[in-house]
Amino acid sequence: MEFTDKHVQGLKDLLYKMADDLLIIGHRNSEWTGLGPVLEEDIAFSSMAQDKVGQSLALYEILHQLGESDPDTVAFTRNAPQFHCSQLVELPIGEYDFSLVRHFFFDHAEAIRFDMLATTVVEPLQMVAKKFRGEIKYHTMHADIWMKQLGESEEAKMRMQNSINEVFPFALGMFEPSEFEAELIEAGIFDGEFALREKWLNKVVPLLESFGYTVPNAETIIPEFGGRKGQHTEHLQPLLDEMTEVFAIDPGAEW
Amino acid sequence: MNIVSIDPRVTRSHIDENTQEGIANPMEHFQTYEVFEQKKRGTHHIHVGSVHAPSAEMAMIFAKEQYSRRGQCVNLWVVKTADVFATEYEDSDIFDTISDKTYREPEAYKVIDRIQAFKERQKAN
Repeated sequence: MEFTDKHVQGLKDLLYKMADDLLIIGHRNSEWTGLGPVLEEDIAFSSMAQDKVGQSLALYEILHQLGESDPDTVAFTRNAPQFHCSQLVELPIGEYDFSLVRHFFFDHAEAIRFDMLATTVVEPLQMVAKKFRGEIKYHTMHADIWMKQLGESEEAKMRMQNSINEVFPFALGMFEPSEFEAELIEAGIFDGEFALREKWLNKVVPLLESFGYTVPNAETIIPEFGGRKGQHTEHLQPLLDEMTEVFAIDPGAEW
Repeated sequence: MNIVSIDPRVTRSHIDENTQEGIANPMEHFQTYEVFEQKKRGTHHIHVGSVHAPSAEMAMIFAKEQYSRRGQCVNLWVVKTADVFATEYEDSDIFDTISDKTYREPEAYKVIDRIQAFKERQKAN
């Protein structure tokens, strides 16, 4: 079918929120580099953070093909209100339990989103979704094994449970609907945030319960929305200032 | 008696040699796992190093990033280091080969000369 302006707008909105989520979580998680709980985990977590930034680049490149500015300009010259990331990804890294729980919730949502996009009518996006399948599978495997491991001792389990309770409303905020849901579904671009949220709940709730955790009731919790529309916590702008510090010294520099 | 160590910081700390302080327990110090990587289906797994981890599953996710991040890999094995039964270096003489038993090795047979001769003949024809 022919795309109308609304379809293209909806597609760009989808790409921006995915790319911004990946760039910001990648940057956040890279803050653990050198501070990880054990050397092996430090390397694994840092490597996954780099994967996220690489995945965001692939999506910014599709946006560039659709007429948006080049990836560097888009990534390094916008301010917080122009970012479409969910508030989940911009929160500070906290203690390791917090970062692990966020990693678990975020990466399962990403894995399912990419899985859904493996059949999108937008060919470059379909290719990107397939390209990163293995990478993302490892990320969810890593998250699952950590969640399981830390559910096995009392103190760790308590800390993880507290983080689950704290992170959950922000995790639900990932599925904030856009104004283009109907257009995206109609055109075969994406099945929409609601379908994604349902698939995600069906995945993460039984998994967490099998590890011995309690999951808050998604139906009674108020999600932390706003991020997709540029309303962010006070934590995003300082992150952007730090991330763009070198770029801002000489925006025209050749690297 | 206090512990005397080659590390002067330990000696200066005047630690009683019967102390129970600092005894490693499993939750404080991870055990190590040996990592074996397979480059291609059907080939041997090759030992590539070790990782610290509290369980085999954790060892596997660590090993993936430590050892197979770059380059080809289709399969990983992790094995508790403690489960590896090894020979002692002082027994390494068991591997010595006595020179007058070379008749038991294929090199002892002068096959290679005959192959060379055969190849020469082929060439000549």
